[in-house]
Amino acid sequence: MAKFTEDDLKKELETKEYEYGFYTDIESDTFPVGLNEDIVRAISKKKEEPEWMTEWRLESFRYWKEMIEPEWANVHYKKPDFQNISYYSAPNKKPKYDSIDEVDPELLETFNKLGISLDEQKKLAGVAVDIVMDSVSVTTTFKDTLAKKGIIFCSISEAIKEHPELVKKYIGSVVPQKDNFYAALNSAVFSDGSFCYIPKGVRCPMELSTYFRINQAGTGQFERTLVVADEDSYVSYLEGCTAPMRDENQLHAAVVELVALDGAEIKYSTVQNWFPGSKDGKGGVFNFVTKRGLCEKNAKISWTQVETGSAVTWKYPSCILKGDNSIGEFYSIAVTNNFQQADTGTKMIHLGKNTKSTIISKGISAGKSQNSYRGLVQINSRADNARNFSQCDSLLMGNECGAHTFPYIEAKNKTAQVEHEATTSKIGEDQIFYCNQRGIDTEKAIALIVNGFSKEVLNKLPMEFAVEAQKLLEISLEGSVG
Amino acid sequence: MSNLKDKLVSSYIAFEDHLEPDSPIHDLRNEAMKVFEEQGFPSKKEEAWKYTSLKSLEKTDYSIFPKQQEKHTELKDVRKYFLHDIDTYKIVFIDGVYSSFLSETTHDSIDVCLLSSALNKPKYQPVIETYFNKIAKKDSLTSLNTAFAKEGAYIHIPKNKEVEKPIEIINFSTGNEAAVMLQPRNLIVVGENAHVQIIERHQSLSENAVFTNSVTEIFAEKRAYADYYKVQTDNPSASLIDSTYVSQARESNCRVHTFSFGGKLTRNNLHFYQNGERCNSTLNGITIIEDKQHVDHNTLVHHTAPNCESHQDYKGIFADKSTGVFNGKVLVDKIAQKIDAFQQNNNILVDDRATINSKPQLEIFADDVKCSHGCTIGQLDEEALFYMRSRGIAKKEARALLMYAFANSVLESVKIPELKQRINKLIAKKIGVSLGFQL
Repeated sequence: MAKFTEDDLKKELETKEYEYGFYTDIESDTFPVGLNEDIVRAISKKKEEPEWMTEWRLESFRYWKEMIEPEWANVHYKKPDFQNISYYSAPNKKPKYDSIDEVDPELLETFNKLGISLDEQKKLAGVAVDIVMDSVSVTTTFKDTLAKKGIIFCSISEAIKEHPELVKKYIGSVVPQKDNFYAALNSAVFSDGSFCYIPKGVRCPMELSTYFRINQAGTGQFERTLVVADEDSYVSYLEGCTAPMRDENQLHAAVVELVALDGAEIKYSTVQNWFPGSKDGKGGVFNFVTKRGLCEKNAKISWTQVETGSAVTWKYPSCILKGDNSIGEFYSIAVTNNFQQADTGTKMIHLGKNTKSTIISKGISAGKSQNSYRGLVQINSRADNARNFSQCDSLLMGNECGAHTFPYIEAKNKTAQVEHEATTSKIGEDQIFYCNQRGIDTEKAIALIVNGFSKEVLNKLPMEFAVEAQKLLEISLEGSVG
Repeated sequence: MSNLKDKLVSSYIAFEDHLEPDSPIHDLRNEAMKVFEEQGFPSKKEEAWKYTSLKSLEKTDYSIFPKQQEKHTELKDVRKYFLHDIDTYKIVFIDGVYSSFLSETTHDSIDVCLLSSALNKPKYQPVIETYFNKIAKKDSLTSLNTAFAKEGAYIHIPKNKEVEKPIEIINFSTGNEAAVMLQPRNLIVVGENAHVQIIERHQSLSENAVFTNSVTEIFAEKRAYADYYKVQTDNPSASLIDSTYVSQARESNCRVHTFSFGGKLTRNNLHFYQNGERCNSTLNGITIIEDKQHVDHNTLVHHTAPNCESHQDYKGIFADKSTGVFNGKVLVDKIAQKIDAFQQNNNILVDDRATINSKPQLEIFADDVKCSHGCTIGQLDEEALFYMRSRGIAKKEARALLMYAFANSVLESVKIPELKQRINKLIAKKIGVSLGFQL
């Protein structure tokens, strides 16, 4: 067998096209481009929202107008023209479906191409999928099962109408409207998203999941997710993204808020596979996301993310460890290839006593991509016995990519124990030689090593998701690993 | 906006009148002043100054040209600040003015003398043109120094020369006036295969405030060896911004040790540029501070050539309300393959109100490298303390022992035994115990 060299791998990777790039032709109800107070009002009206929500959106919009786009991240891109984006797009056939048969067959076909057939998922995985296709929830499954336990799992616009007291109480409580430029924008124009409430003492019996897709050309996707876990409850929430191929840069500015009340636990897993742009760096999604969780006493929030897509990623899932004995975790794999740029990491803000946080971040850069880890660990003066462990490893493939680490560590308490470790390396020739010697060819050896490199994080994903994540890693890096 | 800035800008006009207009340095000064005028003092909004504020310095009314009254500083008063147990070359400045009777300079095969003479004598012109202000970063504070640079140490070690004794550069400020600002500028050129050890110190002799904005450029030619020690034990009214730039040619070895024990506000900008293959750089530091002291280490190692090594090790012990900052960066260019870069920052917070902000960064563009960094914040090991106390070692001594052990890896790499002993004593004094043995 001919030797599979690094160059071969590289070639194969370069020619590897985005497999999920297709465009479903569904008539959409799209707003004219541009953003002003009227558009914000119109979105709110379209969603049949109550007055307080419209006001909240307008308030956010006013903050946003005063803010300037942040430039501190280690990414370079042509800034989107915010007046050249349509802020609302919804699949046209509006009625809600009771069963899957009523769903537009074309849409179902899209999901089948993605390999996430609803039927299959329903049967095999026991996952209730709240599918967001261009901003409007099309179908929600397993709702009945959840309803019996008192769990609310629906689209955010539905929640605004049906559970206004919960939404009103928690929305913006973790990510305030004026938190940052993109969060303010999202607060003003968010189109839809998911809402989840787990009552006291309830352990959610299944993994909750949502798929986001960007479908309509030139529409931004502004998702808003709010997960509230009441005292002593548990929920595992999955979020997965795949987007079709486009030449224009598309903007995705989501906000995710998690609230874990006393003793609650939230596990939030993401697989992000937005279109990364073609191999010469054309197109791709801009992913500017604000994700943050608040932990009350004895609560735990665990973020797990697999980032393989987007042309530009700007994302820092964070934990505010407010209550005593609360725990924050962050496990991440970020893979960049071709011209992708990722600036991602986490923030762990220790406020309560005996708080613990763990950060495991694995970055893999190939092609001409740039991959940065940016993290903050802050121990405040009242956070006695706070403990943090951070590990950031980067793997470089090829000499045209870059891997960067920017950790910020701030400690104001003498009992704090903080450890940070970072390494940057390439796959060792001796490791490959070792495998070769034992009859494993180079490609397989590299796959093996990368798998081992990211195992720590992959292990944290729920079973069903781990399979998909591994598939994504393969798509992103197959052949390039060298 | 800033009082000190305005004062500096207007002082420059007066200062410029006394300069020879046709010297090439003159244009350099004008340009540098323009940079400072545009940028002013860095604010906390700048990423590199996020944790250090210069506001208090800007508000103080420093005298920019200290009065040069010939008040005698006796050798016996300052002798304790010298490394007196061994013979050394000395370049001593009092309020920024060279003191010939305290110094011991030489022109015998090596040049250990003054920057002012190097700038003015035609003999040195080629050296100045090749090296002066060549690697100093053109940021506002360094530019400010360039604009006013008049005096400092000039050390030129020619090819294949091993300097037999260490060189001391000492800046005294007498405090004749309420508050003074000093801007020493040092230029050090270590020729091919040459070998030198240098110790630098800033010391004020009174309680009056002094603000030193010092810039040092070090050039290490092929296979040169330069060992540089900075001892910062100034009194609590003194502030120091020290910018040191090191340029290394192939196979050279440069080591800079920074011992920060004193001063109100200390900022060390230490930038290494490796320009040839197989360079070796060492950046070590020990910081032990208390009260409201503030020490900020900002390091950069820029690897631009393959097969090089760099090693950074900074230890910090912070008591009372003191603040420590470590901001280290390792930058590896695309062509700089086979780099071995290591960066470590360990900190101990002794009191609850002490703060440490650490930001160790890696920016890597080459794939075949071994780069790592580690950062820890922690306390003394309770079990180790208990072990010692159960064997009759008092708590205070036990703690001191552990702190010694903590800082020891840096102390061990000091190559001048007398200096090592001196620093040992300083640490003992700082921790407040005297141990009956030497480590």
